Amino acid sequence: MSTGKFLPLILFVAALVFGAARWIDNSYVFFAGYVVLQYIVLATAWNILGGYTGYVNFGTPAFLAIGAYASVALYKLVPLPIPLLMLIGGVLSGVVGLGTGYLTLRLRGAFFSIATLALSVVVQTLVTNWDFVGGSRGAYIIRPMTAPLIGGGYIDYLCLVMLLLAVASIVIARAIESSKLGYGFATIRDDEAAAEASGVPTLRLKLLATTLSGALMGMAGAPLPYYVTYLDPASGFSLTYAVNSIAMPLIGGTASWIGPILGAVILGTVQQLVTVTISSAANLLIVGLILVGFVIVAPNGIVGLVRGWRR
Amino acid sequence: MAAVSEAALLEVRALGKRFGGFVALEAIDLEVQPGERVGLIGPNGSGKSTLVNCLCGTLRHELGTVRFEGRNLAGLKAHERTRLGLARSFQLPRPFGSLTVAENVLVPILYAVQARGNRTAATDARCAELLGMVGLADKSRKLPRDLTQIEMRKLELARAMASEPRLLIADEAMAGLSHGEVDDILALLLRMNQAGVTVIMIEHIMRAVLHFSQRLVVLVAGRKIADGAPQEVVRNPEVERAYLGE
Repeated sequence: MSTGKFLPLILFVAALVFGAARWIDNSYVFFAGYVVLQYIVLATAWNILGGYTGYVNFGTPAFLAIGAYASVALYKLVPLPIPLLMLIGGVLSGVVGLGTGYLTLRLRGAFFSIATLALSVVVQTLVTNWDFVGGSRGAYIIRPMTAPLIGGGYIDYLCLVMLLLAVASIVIARAIESSKLGYGFATIRDDEAAAEASGVPTLRLKLLATTLSGALMGMAGAPLPYYVTYLDPASGFSLTYAVNSIAMPLIGGTASWIGPILGAVILGTVQQLVTVTISSAANLLIVGLILVGFVIVAPNGIVGLVRGWRR
Repeated sequence: MAAVSEAALLEVRALGKRFGGFVALEAIDLEVQPGERVGLIGPNGSGKSTLVNCLCGTLRHELGTVRFEGRNLAGLKAHERTRLGLARSFQLPRPFGSLTVAENVLVPILYAVQARGNRTAATDARCAELLGMVGLADKSRKLPRDLTQIEMRKLELARAMASEPRLLIADEAMAGLSHGEVDDILALLLRMNQAGVTVIMIEHIMRAVLHFSQRLVVLVAGRKIADGAPQEVVRNPEVERAYLGE
């Protein structure tokens, strides 16, 4: 199916999801839905770099928090509408992604991953010492009571914005996969020297992947302060984001755009359920257990499992 | 532009490469004419693969110049050289493991031949044609891990040919193959040469090199010690000494 036909379809699905949530008319659905949607974006963005080109990024919190803290800073200067904040957060994180890609382009495997982990620490240290956005004390954001344009609670609006971003990232990931770019990314994952010998400009493609992946993460982070209303470095740079955005594509399957969605929906929903029923601390334990199970039973995720059955 | 002597396809002048204090290549001069079949031999560690890597842009050389079709290749990256028509196959096959056999061949078509555009019916037809040429037509939907060693070598050559090169450097395309398989690959390389592709063959199997080459170049310890008609070169006392000892 071409992107032109896929777009109306996924917009229709998104409209159904949002319509159902409005019909249920319980703000918890939006609170939980926002988190799941945010993880669809993060997992899809992570997969563009980690799944397609094979560069495992542990720096999701850095890119997310750059978007989030850009919003905090702008909130204190000139409050802007959320979509504009997302654009700004996306550009900033994209630039950081480009820079990270450029500085770490010679690093492969675990070394690249360690560099991205370091990036997270560096950005967190900078933000912790930046008094304007609250430093280690954190910052409060006063959320408007009602949603612009659509009415209802403000959380409905945040959820809708995140839904649209999720649609955009899915469409982008899917378009990459079925294009020349998708083949180029795959050759980088498989063998960079052979890719160069086949005419693939590996450096340019890697930079494209780090930029795009970073930008989408930054966009996902921009509405975060409005969602949590209180953002401090410990929560903004939480390891949970890094672990989840890696675990979700791995569980769903990194080979296809649908993998990160499956992983994010399953894992995100389970986490939300566990948080309200058992304990909020059991979150990561669940992720760990599911991940261990999948690594043993289905190392290529759900997508790999299904493809295996079809053969 | 300075007159390129006899319009050589590849012209290497005083090429030198060091790894730290170790001189891997020293003052290599080499000319390859369009349509020629050149054999490059030398004991292990003599710098053959280093030379290939310098020619193809995988390694940077400190000294000397490499000209391809009269154009200085200094500063051009490996993928840019491939696009100019300088292709290589790897000593150990390096297929793209997650792509099918056909997709492996598709990549150079998308990135080295077509300026832009995605996979089309035309590119698929070209893939089938290339795989047919090397005898892998019925394996097009398989993954490289399902191929045998010789099929892997054939895929490696098909992928190199997919970029529509003017010069193909085949780095030990036959190492480890059986007698009959060597003949298979030899026939393939000769067919490519007849189709107008200049070939530099790097090989240890003397039977194959002597059968294939119109000219033989010998590297020993990073220096070119002989360059000429194959039968004369193998009788060269210096070459004998390098291979058989004093």
